[in-house]
Amino acid sequence: MTDRATVTASAPAPLQSGASAHGAAPALRLQDAGLAFGSRTLWSGLDLTVAPGDFVAVLGANGSGKTSLLRTVLGEVTLTSGTGEISGRPLGRGSTDVGYVPQRIAIDAATMIKARDVVRLGLDGHRWGVPIAFGARRRAIRARVDALLASVGAESFGDAPVSMLSGGELQRVRVASALASDPALLLCDEPLAALDLRHQQDIAALIDHQRRARGTAVLFVTHDINPVLPYVDQVLYLAGGSFRLGPPDEVLTSAGLSELYGAPVDVLTVQGRIIVVSSMESVGHQSHDDHGAQLGGW
Amino acid sequence: MWEKIFNFADYGELLALLHNSILAGAILGLVGGLIGVFVMMRDLTFAVHGISELSFAGASFALLIGVNVVVGSVFGSLLAALVIGVLGVRARERSSIIGVLMPFGLGLGVLFLSLYPGRSANKFGLLTGQIVAVDDPQLVWLGAISVVVLVALAILWRPLMFASVDPDIAASRGVPVRALSPVFMLVLGLTVAMAIQVVGALLVLSLLVTPAAAAMRVTASALWVPVLSVIFAMISTVGGILLALGGSIPISPYITTISFTIWVVCRLLGSARTRRGWSRRAPAAPPVPVPVGSSAR
Repeated sequence: MTDRATVTASAPAPLQSGASAHGAAPALRLQDAGLAFGSRTLWSGLDLTVAPGDFVAVLGANGSGKTSLLRTVLGEVTLTSGTGEISGRPLGRGSTDVGYVPQRIAIDAATMIKARDVVRLGLDGHRWGVPIAFGARRRAIRARVDALLASVGAESFGDAPVSMLSGGELQRVRVASALASDPALLLCDEPLAALDLRHQQDIAALIDHQRRARGTAVLFVTHDINPVLPYVDQVLYLAGGSFRLGPPDEVLTSAGLSELYGAPVDVLTVQGRIIVVSSMESVGHQSHDDHGAQLGGW
Repeated sequence: MWEKIFNFADYGELLALLHNSILAGAILGLVGGLIGVFVMMRDLTFAVHGISELSFAGASFALLIGVNVVVGSVFGSLLAALVIGVLGVRARERSSIIGVLMPFGLGLGVLFLSLYPGRSANKFGLLTGQIVAVDDPQLVWLGAISVVVLVALAILWRPLMFASVDPDIAASRGVPVRALSPVFMLVLGLTVAMAIQVVGALLVLSLLVTPAAAAMRVTASALWVPVLSVIFAMISTVGGILLALGGSIPISPYITTISFTIWVVCRLLGSARTRRGWSRRAPAAPPVPVPVGSSAR
């Protein structure tokens, strides 16, 4: 376990033109970051640099600290050690530099609000006052919301109440809302978890398209790498208090993950899908439910 | 019996006498209709009921010791709102705290009222609404409270809406979600204290919930939900007062019946609309396959 990677993100091949839209500062930089709850260390010594336009997938078993990492970046949890910054500013309470697509799909059915108004909240919902605008400003806001809805393929249901949208439709609206303020960093907490395979692919492709067009960095927490595998620049794999970081084909190897878990783990490629198999309980998330379902159902 | 319910003899003179009540009803309709939108969005229906019971206790205590009843109910309301806002952050906790507070408040109120030596009409009025003319100082109180509530809502509207629709995302954008909750409870407490003066503690929900619930059956528009809610609440209060003038029974049955009727009509309209499909989009239609790659900006 000596050379366990603290691979600093050597930025992968620069993306298209838009990639530098957010300037030189990395969208997210964690330096020697660690998080512990009491005596239990989730991860430590984490050096992570996410350049504008980078797509980083965060993998790991339940309880390995994936969601805690997101909550740290969101400023809800404070790092136990090390430092972190978003676009050069220290982590703290929320800001419009961050777009957030949460795991929880449903908006309460009693909440009567149109899809376009959810997007509008992402644009200016954090400001005080009443959301009433007139004249040119009103038209500008409307055009911006229309463009955001169109960019996620949601124009046909922009005026529908969110309680009437399907999971896939609602997730599109949430992505549009998260991108409304043109954030430097898009945080996604298992946004595909409640979707079927086709919508998983659609939303993953959508997020990829948006980050390329806007140069938005993406930190994507997921238990299943496959829907986002074509787009991922780096994988951060958390397990047992340590981690591996690097391109997917370096991290997701039998040797690499066996070393990380300290037990034999096989990484198989079956029909273009990556499957992690182990007899260990701690790798359980990938040995029975998810991947079993993939093999059986798909 | 019907003369007791509807009696429009000498209507003109009564109207002139009770213009204060009508004004109070209109103010209450405006404030109640607006705050109801957030009561619905934040699922605080039960909290409204809990606050109103403690507000009733405060008002009856004020009656007993001979101070302004509005002041008493404001104190009761704010106390309840504060307790619920601070202790009941999560929905489940909140329900149990309200369930504990509510009978306690009602019991205190009954105690104070039975100690009160004055007229029994005053006692009953706090629970079920009173037709007694709103006097000038009372109207000033109601006006002042409603200005505070309206100003607070005007400032808080957008972040409060964001925090109500999706607290996690709102927090990630820098909305002070945790601070907004007790602040809104205080604003709600003030509104409940106002509403008790007109419809009584037991019927506050008909003004703070029913109009907004009705509006949300027929529209999801960020503009029309509050506008319709205010219109419905005003029709209920002002209409109820106008109908109640001639009869000898309290205002509240008129107000609750009107607001319930509006809700029933909206509910029927809403379900017809849902069957037809909402805004040009059939709910049963298969999802349109959107080629994601081509959704370029």
